[in-house]
Order: sequence, then structure tokens, then C-alpha cells
Amino acid sequence: MANTKEMKDVLFGPVFANNPIALQVLGICSALAVTSSLKNALIMSIALTLVTAFSSLFISIIRNHIPSSVRIIVQMTIIASLVIVVDQTLQAFVYATAKELSVFVGLIITNCIVMGRAEAYAMKSPPLMSFLDGIGNGLGYSVVLLTVGFIRELGGSGTLFGAEILPLVSEGGWYQPMGLLILPPSSFFIIGFFIWVLRTYKKDQVEAKA
Amino acid sequence: MEHYISLFVKAVFIENLALSFFLGMCTFLAVSKKVTTSLGLGVAVVFVLGVAVPVNQLVYSAVLAPGALEWLGFPEADLSFLKFLTFIGVIAALVQILEMALDKFFPALYNALGIFLPLITVNCAIFGAVAFMVERNLNFTESVVFGIGSGVGWALAIVLLAGIREKMKYSDVPDGLRGLGITFITVGLMGLGFMSFSGISL
Repeated sequence: MANTKEMKDVLFGPVFANNPIALQVLGICSALAVTSSLKNALIMSIALTLVTAFSSLFISIIRNHIPSSVRIIVQMTIIASLVIVVDQTLQAFVYATAKELSVFVGLIITNCIVMGRAEAYAMKSPPLMSFLDGIGNGLGYSVVLLTVGFIRELGGSGTLFGAEILPLVSEGGWYQPMGLLILPPSSFFIIGFFIWVLRTYKKDQVEAKA
Repeated sequence: MEHYISLFVKAVFIENLALSFFLGMCTFLAVSKKVTTSLGLGVAVVFVLGVAVPVNQLVYSAVLAPGALEWLGFPEADLSFLKFLTFIGVIAALVQILEMALDKFFPALYNALGIFLPLITVNCAIFGAVAFMVERNLNFTESVVFGIGSGVGWALAIVLLAGIREKMKYSDVPDGLRGLGITFITVGLMGLGFMSFSGISL
């Protein structure tokens, strides 16, 4: 059985040291499109963390029974079933947000973080560790997503979770919103700078000169 | 006819899968180091999208959509909650069949596409386009046009990015930004460029 230190490494390693978005280049597709408001980013983060954790758990439980030739299909089926559960739950309880996220909830299926962790970790590790690994990677994804969502919503519309923080000029306040931050390409710039900051602190992540 | 042309142009430029919806980003960033390989991947994506979107449209309208099972005597059945599972299965199966068919009948094309074909199954661009097809209620002909158009748009974007990255080898990028960081910022700038198409109304 794994000791506490190892469990801690598995859980918190992916948050900064081995971040799935910034270092492993996984799961970027959805990271960019859903971050225009903090609320969407939060819901997406929770959904993805749950799906990653539980798919890793289930795949790890049956890992010794999956023939390697059909493993991708098996993983896909498990992930897709979990995503259906998440999607139905979202539509039942937060319908407006589910509409806003549109196809991106479904895209969790093809999110490389989920597949990548299932393939790289859950296929070889015991269930509990895989579950923690799933949560850890989900958290790493959430950190990036929430950072981007925070900057975009605060700078672009002066609000956080829809509540006014910086009063806008158009409503008699003083803050002139940055239109760029509402547009999708801004998330690329923010993630680019996020990576830059991260790598300034963690020199070992700097890529070698080609 | 005009309707289809404008749908095509819209899918290629205005609603470019890669640069306005950020779909297929994982492969988009990972495989865009050289123009030749990204061209190969782009062609493969056009091919798979051109087949997968219409096929899934048929499956959706004949089996999954609310009330679609009327021909079997189940007019109230609504299987649309199964759509994710079905689509991903159909895409995986299609890619597999396509691979075998190409290997048998067009070995030259098969060799050119190489390892890119199986990779496409997990490319979010394919799944995203299929999901958009459902959301927008496209009919069969529209889905053929939309599939090919969005494939062409994606291919265009990845080839452009590869071209920029080939030139970027000669520039002096700050340490922490080298590699992935600067690629993100480049794609962001390209996205801004493509946004200028969004003023066009068709």
C-alpha cells in the first residue's frame, strides 16, 4: 500500500510541478473556449475533475481484465458514460449554463487529459492511486482554467461570478472594460503568459533550444 | 446552391474550428512543427470530417433524435441522451474502416497519412464538428458541406501555424516562453487575424 508522501505527490504534483495544460499540452481544447466567465470555468473544472477521477478509478479497477487490443474502446466507453451522467446532471440543475457550455461538455470525452491519464497512469496503477491521480490532474486543469476565467471576467466585464467588482464607465463607474479579454483569442495570450511565469519559477521546465 | 457555398465559406473562415472554437488543439499544437507533416494531418482531417459528420447525421436523425424511432413503432422514444456514446463509437469505427479501406485500395495515400489516421479518433475537432452538426440541426447535404468545410478550415490553420513555427526557429525567444508559450501567443495572434472575417455576413 502506498504511503502518505507518495499519495501527496500524486495528488498535488500535477497542480504546478507537472501541470497537464502548461507542461503536458493536454486538454487545451476546452480550456480556451469556456473561460469567458468564472462561473463557466468553475463548472467545467468540477465536471472535468469528476470525470477524470472516476474514469481513472473504474479503468484501474478493471485494468487487469482489459485486453490491450481493445483498451481504447473500453476506456472511451467508460469515459463517454461518465460524461453522459455529467451532461444530464448539468441540464437538469443548471440548464442555462449547460446551454452556454454547449458542445464543450460533450468534448470532455475527447479531452486528452482524461484519455491521457487513463492510458498513462490508470492502466498500470492500483485504484486508489489512480483516483488521486485523476483528482490531481483535474485540479491542475482547474487552476489554469480558473486563473484564465478570473482574468477574463474581471478585466473584460468588471465582474466576478456575475457580481460587479469594478463599476463600468457605461454604468456611471470608472472602469473602462478591455474588450480584448472577452474575445476568445485572449485566452491564448493568458495561457502563454501563465506558462512563462510558471517556467520562470521552475527553470527545469524550460524547453531546450531546437 | 448559394446556401451551400455560404455554409462552406462560413465553416472555413468565419467559424474556423481551430481558431475560433479551439477544437483539435492538442494535435494542433503538437504536430505543427513542420509544414509537410501538418499538411498530411490536415488532409486526413478533411477526409475523416467529410465522412464522419454526414454518417453521424444519418445515425442521429434515423435512430437517436426524439421521435426518430417511429419507423420501428416507438414514436415516443428519445435516445438523444446516448448521443455522445454513439458518436464516439461511430467515429472510432469509421476511422478504423477508413484505415483498412485505404490500405487495401489506395496504398499510396495510406502511406502518406501514416500514423495520423488513428490519432484522429481522439481529435476533438471531429467530435466537436459532429456535436455542432446536432446543435445546428443540419440536414444531410448541409452536413456534407459543413464537414468538408470545417476540415478545410482546420487544415488551413494548422498549415499556417506550421509555416510560422518553421520561421520562428530563427528568432530569439525569452527562455521561459520558448516552445509551448510562444506557440500559444502565436495562435492567439492568428485567432485575432481570423476574427476579422467575423464581420462578413453571408
